[in-house]
Amino acid sequence: MAMDLITTNTSSGAATSDFTTGIDSTYKLYIFKFYDVNPATDGTSFGFQANAVGASGYNETMTTTYFQSYHSEDDTQSAGAISYDTGQDQAQGTSFQKLSSASLGNGGDESCAGELFLFNPSNTTYVKHFYSVSNSSKSDDETMQIFTSGYFNITAAIDDVQFKMASGNMDAVIKMYGVG
Amino acid sequence: MPLGAHKATLFGVAGVSTGDVVLLSTQTASDSSSLDFTSGITSTYGEYIFKFYNINAATDETEFTFQCNATDSTSYDETITSTVIRTYQQEDDSGAALSYLTGSDQAQGTAYQDIAINIGNAADESLAGEFHLFNPSSTTYVKHFYSRSVSQQYAPTAGEHQIAGYINTTTAIDDIQFKMSSGNFDGTIKMWGVK
Repeated sequence: MAMDLITTNTSSGAATSDFTTGIDSTYKLYIFKFYDVNPATDGTSFGFQANAVGASGYNETMTTTYFQSYHSEDDTQSAGAISYDTGQDQAQGTSFQKLSSASLGNGGDESCAGELFLFNPSNTTYVKHFYSVSNSSKSDDETMQIFTSGYFNITAAIDDVQFKMASGNMDAVIKMYGVG
Repeated sequence: MPLGAHKATLFGVAGVSTGDVVLLSTQTASDSSSLDFTSGITSTYGEYIFKFYNINAATDETEFTFQCNATDSTSYDETITSTVIRTYQQEDDSGAALSYLTGSDQAQGTAYQDIAINIGNAADESLAGEFHLFNPSSTTYVKHFYSRSVSQQYAPTAGEHQIAGYINTTTAIDDIQFKMSSGNFDGTIKMWGVK
């Protein structure tokens, strides 16, 4: 099982990071690894959406789950806990799906890092499953691990993926790999 | 697929690159106090993955842990803020749960960070899992990490741990050490670089 680097997008003050080539039937699994993801706007979130073949607008229908584990640096503002966040999931929604904390910090040393697994996007029979694990340094000086999963509820193939902040620009390194 | 091939897929073979994931180092502990990776963590790779298996503690009911050194230090005491989740099921079906472990997380602590707790030391008890460290050579950002592992705990119990957090330094990290909270251990840890 080889994992092949297909594309590296390095963003600096960019509105989006787009992967519009290379997502096809060559691989059954695409892994996006992101790090040094730093927003220009404090308290925003890092997310993604996709386009089906022939579509534009990054507004495919998703049903998703989102839960988090968090702990503040001062050990008091937010004692360690795990919870499901009903405000960040989607039920047949077409919004960008959050992959980071909903309140990512924009401090000079603050960022998020993680991975997104997208399974068999070129399939034209089934919905397209994905899951992600990431860690964020939040605007209120907490660490937050995020677990997101779900599916694009379409049978059309997906060939574009876009990452962006919910508000403002970002710096980021995002790499797309193909597996198998 | 024979077990040997499956094991090679999961954990690699020395000197063999798996696409753009490159095996950099294999270390095997035999009644060792720690396994240290003190070379190879550089700006060459944006992510390092450590895969560990056959981790068997000499001391019963101990913790498998890690710490790091920034490039200008040697004492494995970097500042960490972290989270720890555990799910478990006892072999006799007497207890099972998902919970947050407040006793294993850190808030700007400098202790060794638990990767998994309550590891058993019986001959067939062990731990396996993986640990991701993102862009340790950055001199701008904190260093994010997370780990997922499963172990046979001392009870005996199947225990999964998901830990995450950041090493709260903007100095580059170039050393990482794995050890038990008490006593020595056997085991294999492999370090991979992701291009």
